[in-house]
Amino acid sequence: MFHKILSRESGGKKTPKAIPVTLSTRIRLARNLRQFPFPGRAEVSQKRAVLSKCIDALSGIKGLDKSISVEVDDLSELDRQILVEQHLISPELSQVEEGSGIVLTEDRSCCIMINEEDHLRIQVLRPGLDFSSVWKHVDELDSGIESAINYAYDGELGFLTACPTNLGTGMRASVMMHLPGLVMSKNMDKVINAVNQLGIAVRGLFGEGSDANGSIFQISNQQTLGESESAIIDRLNSTLDNLVRQENFAREKLLQDDHTRLIDKMSRAIGSLKTCHLIQSAEAMDLLSLIRLATDFGMMPEKFRGLADRMFIEVQPGHVQLSAGKAIDPNQRDELRAELLRNHFLRAPLLDHSSHS
Amino acid sequence: MKCHHCDKQATVHLTQILNGQMHKMDLCESCAQAKGVTNPENLSISNLMDKVELEVDTSGTSMVCESCGTTHQEFKKGGRLGCEACYHVFRPVLDPLLDGMHAGTKHMGKVPAGSESRIQFEQSVGDLKKKLQVAVEKEDFEEAASLRDQLRDLQNESQATAS
Repeated sequence: MFHKILSRESGGKKTPKAIPVTLSTRIRLARNLRQFPFPGRAEVSQKRAVLSKCIDALSGIKGLDKSISVEVDDLSELDRQILVEQHLISPELSQVEEGSGIVLTEDRSCCIMINEEDHLRIQVLRPGLDFSSVWKHVDELDSGIESAINYAYDGELGFLTACPTNLGTGMRASVMMHLPGLVMSKNMDKVINAVNQLGIAVRGLFGEGSDANGSIFQISNQQTLGESESAIIDRLNSTLDNLVRQENFAREKLLQDDHTRLIDKMSRAIGSLKTCHLIQSAEAMDLLSLIRLATDFGMMPEKFRGLADRMFIEVQPGHVQLSAGKAIDPNQRDELRAELLRNHFLRAPLLDHSSHS
Repeated sequence: MKCHHCDKQATVHLTQILNGQMHKMDLCESCAQAKGVTNPENLSISNLMDKVELEVDTSGTSMVCESCGTTHQEFKKGGRLGCEACYHVFRPVLDPLLDGMHAGTKHMGKVPAGSESRIQFEQSVGDLKKKLQVAVEKEDFEEAASLRDQLRDLQNESQATAS
């Protein structure tokens, strides 16, 4: 059952169409139960007590009726890796030994981590840019859970979390952004410094630094106390608007100043994806990034944007093994990854740059 | 007002902010002279205070959470607190940290409905207990019995909703 949910193509019937620059929106809330030590300080027996209390409480919540719950130590190494690659759980949770769990809805729009750094990490995610619906969803879930569980809460400090950086709202709102224009024009470090000043953090796709694979970055709020959730989201949103403008400006400038080189890169990316026989995930990500960029320029059909987004995840090592149906070594993975990409791009048209020449 | 060091009348009054905390000290003329207070440029209130007082007030090294055993050293090293009670224990060292970390130091976000009713419940229980004590002291046993019943009902009610 769990495997079936993970290998399903995409979440929900009404999957929004992929849009330029913004890949997905996520909000997570950190919550802890009253009268239990935080997971990092808890004995296994205390963690087990929290886990069963949470799973009991969550099973009756509206919005989680179509969900399954599992204990992390019941999952195979591969399942854990796939959950990390789909950004449903953190790498930290995938490494825990005992007493942690996951509640995942069938459409994968909501995943609750139990006994990660905090007792509960309630996450809602959605393709595209849509903070209002994601907040509404996560807020409802949180209120539902709170009616069954007493949260550790203080009138002055808000929701109490293991790390004081999450204190207050316990909210981390984030957007996954595709910023090849800023990367290629070597402006990303400058942008990161500027948004850091505004209390906004920038990380790579899996939390790494500024040279992220596929030019994909997570942009999120750093501060959680002293502002309401809506004020935090408003501030993040205005930074994102600005980033989208900067990215579009960088793209236009590249197209003007370095036209042939950019056309050459995107054109070759299509060629490589059609003809590769061995390919590592980092290279695949970079090629897919160029496909997404070409689609945004109108040089490839719209549907390739959604395909690129899907493939960003499916070229990851865990997902390649999932499609193989077994664990395989890195060489075999590179071969199978190339085969998957070739099949998807077999009928892809050549780059149509007629309107931009 | 007496001098901090001897029992003479204090005539010199010092105020200094040290590690984010305000310290006041009152000294008599001769102690002020002896401690070099006459030169305010080089003055540090910490040199004037009793050693024990200083340790408690500023270092925080002796802090430990009785509820979960987390020490101040562990918090400094790992940056994580162990339980909700830690927020109480480590509050003096936490406050300046929060100030630099966040947009403000007071929660402005969502208030959980259940927690509000919990706070209300705790207040009601507190009020009833006070009234009960007064009634017992006055030997108004009829009133005391009624208050005791109200208290029991309230506690039963809350247990029923919590489980």
